[in-house]
Amino acid sequence: MTLALNVFTVVCVVAGAIFFLAGTVGLLRFPDTLTRLHALTKADNLGLGLIMLGLLPHVDGPFGALKLVAVWVLVLVASASASQLIARSVRKDQ
Amino acid sequence: MSVEVMFSAGVALLVLGVAAYTVAARESFSTIVAFVVYGLLLSLAWMGLHAPDVALTEAALGGGVTGALLLGACARLRGEKPSTAELGLIGRGLALLLCLGVTTGLIAVVFLLPEPAPTLAPEAVQALASTGLGNPVTAVLMAYRALDTMLEKVVLLLALVAVWSLAPDRFWGGRPAFGYPVETGGPLSFLARVLIPVGVLAGIYLFWVGADAPGGAFAGGAVISATGILGFFAGLFWVPAVGGFRLRLSLVAGIAVFLLVGLGGFLWASHFLAYPEHYAKPVIVVIEIAMTFSVGVTLAMLVVGPPGKALEP
Amino acid sequence: MREFLLCAAGFVLAMVALGLVRILRGPHNADRMMAAQLLGTGGIAVLLLAAGSGLPAAVDVALTLALLAAFASVAFVKSGKSSGSGE
Repeated sequence: MTLALNVFTVVCVVAGAIFFLAGTVGLLRFPDTLTRLHALTKADNLGLGLIMLGLLPHVDGPFGALKLVAVWVLVLVASASASQLIARSVRKDQ
Repeated sequence: MSVEVMFSAGVALLVLGVAAYTVAARESFSTIVAFVVYGLLLSLAWMGLHAPDVALTEAALGGGVTGALLLGACARLRGEKPSTAELGLIGRGLALLLCLGVTTGLIAVVFLLPEPAPTLAPEAVQALASTGLGNPVTAVLMAYRALDTMLEKVVLLLALVAVWSLAPDRFWGGRPAFGYPVETGGPLSFLARVLIPVGVLAGIYLFWVGADAPGGAFAGGAVISATGILGFFAGLFWVPAVGGFRLRLSLVAGIAVFLLVGLGGFLWASHFLAYPEHYAKPVIVVIEIAMTFSVGVTLAMLVVGPPGKALEP
Repeated sequence: MREFLLCAAGFVLAMVALGLVRILRGPHNADRMMAAQLLGTGGIAVLLLAAGSGLPAAVDVALTLALLAAFASVAFVKSGKSSGSGE
């Protein structure tokens, strides 16, 4: 059982790290502010979600797991709104 | 080299790099962004040093509140021409030498400490049972050195009064010049409506959990103040006038409760700020409730600035 | 497991560092406003990985960081002119 949980953790964390890599590559290579914003918001948040999923077996008790999920949902809502705000401010100047 | 050492070295290098950019950047906005990044990275560094209480306070203050304060200052100075007196090459060289000297001195002191380093930590942990708390940091702040904590809050209030004194005489007691138009239905309005309840809840949670785990009144208050400033940004509620009675009452509530408990120490024990024998923890919690609230309001009013006529947003 | 999680945290930190180099260099102010987003997701990933490898208090710090990164993003957007690279 522990072995299966460890494998699950490793797989999810590695997948999350790959998404972080994709987001950073996008951030470095995309030509425009708006496309960079897109890469940063989408890929990094998905990477964070996968990492959070992989860490669920390692926290103690349901309350700890609930806290992890709550942090991720909070980051999602905040990133979505913040990226909209940044995009609007770029639009206003174009 | 173990993984932990390499990770800590990585964080340290990143912090140094961001700090170098902060000093070298040309425009104030880039500098302030880099400074906020530096504060948030420092809280990661504190976690690497196994100091979660400091990490919490660093994230809340260095990351959020100080950044907002500097941005407000930057916005106020936007129309002004920079002063022509600049530090020449010799001046910069001296400043650099001074910074290097202080840093080397600190590093030398840390590395030359005798082994084991002199510390009162074991005694602090041993006496925890008499305070009823589980977190030694909170015990130091609220029980062993409660007088220092109370005086720090007074200093915070004095800083706020100093900020208010920057207002021109005719605006004294008026509303701070920090107004943003309300954009109903926009993403900012949505974000503020979602984050304000969550933020207040998180602040209360941080203060409550501080009795037995990392947290405490100051971190909770700082999170609540950031939430309040978010509400001001979104135009969800007006910044209160500086002379208002309720505002002033909430600002002094923390210190007042602290002082009352301190004077009560003459009644139920023998000296100032002595807690009653078996009721130490409830008394501490009452003080912390008042302090969290006051610190939140004080920090928010610090960021909002002195009263004046409204700025162009 | 603990070493693996710490290695993953180090990797995410390296990604954050690379992203910061690009963001702080970016010609417009809007690029720099993204720094709060980057730190918000990357820093929280590092903290959660640290929590998994033995520091349970890191989840509370991650919660605080999430709230403050959102707050910092709003503060940046409200105070920075988007395309100014001068005052």
